[in-house]
Amino acid sequence: MMYFWAFVVGGLICVIGQLLIDVAKLPPGHTLSALVVGGAVLDGIGWYEPLIDFAGAGATVPITSFGNSLVHGAMAEAEQHGIVGIITGIFEVTSAGISAAIIFSFLAALIFKPKG
Amino acid sequence: MGQSSQEDIQKTYQQFASKDEPKRPVIMNCIKAFIIGGLICVIGQAIQNFYLYNFDFNEQTASDPTVATVILIAVLLTGFGVYDKFAQYAGAGTAVPVTGFANAMASAAIEHRTEGPVFGIGSNMFKLAGPVIVFGTTAAFIVALVKTIIIQLGG
Repeated sequence: MMYFWAFVVGGLICVIGQLLIDVAKLPPGHTLSALVVGGAVLDGIGWYEPLIDFAGAGATVPITSFGNSLVHGAMAEAEQHGIVGIITGIFEVTSAGISAAIIFSFLAALIFKPKG
Repeated sequence: MGQSSQEDIQKTYQQFASKDEPKRPVIMNCIKAFIIGGLICVIGQAIQNFYLYNFDFNEQTASDPTVATVILIAVLLTGFGVYDKFAQYAGAGTAVPVTGFANAMASAAIEHRTEGPVFGIGSNMFKLAGPVIVFGTTAAFIVALVKTIIIQLGG
């Protein structure tokens, strides 16, 4: 059942992205930025976490979860250290995603040649 | 030529150009984005379950290695030139999942490798993915700041 809801919720978030590109005529960079900001705001009002409980990877794999994780890391540190914790904690949860993307992309650029 | 007549020409041109612009198949694009994006999330769920049952992760922490694994797969597919072909067909279905973020970074890095590791790979890697991090981080800072202030005021 988790797979079903991951499919539906993940697919719907992609449809929102497609509508932003096709109907609102935003360039892809703007679309992804808007989705990340949306994810951050949704976590701020406490709606993203229930969505993750409900849809699993359907909510954590789309880029919206990046915004959610940024807020989450910031809030976790802020609870311990106050305002300063926001700065020190903001990348705490997203470390896996950003580090992996930088390291793998750099290694890939050393190995692969551009195609086409 | 006066200012107003030039604006008129521009307006006429824009009307003319928008008439010839091909209509975007919005519904078809959305169906494709739904199916492909959904399938990528299902693969993510399978990887997450793998980490959940084979390693010492719980429901909350399992998404971190999942995202890293999905990114690795996306970078490899980008390197082999598969992801970009797929992305032309799937639109937002491949762009919105975190794989699209990885693809943007890897393809920019690979494309500029001939300019050297520092100026080529280093400075171009975030060319496409940078805005996502900049706006995400700034938005998250504001959200967290507002939330912290509300919590501290409320007790």
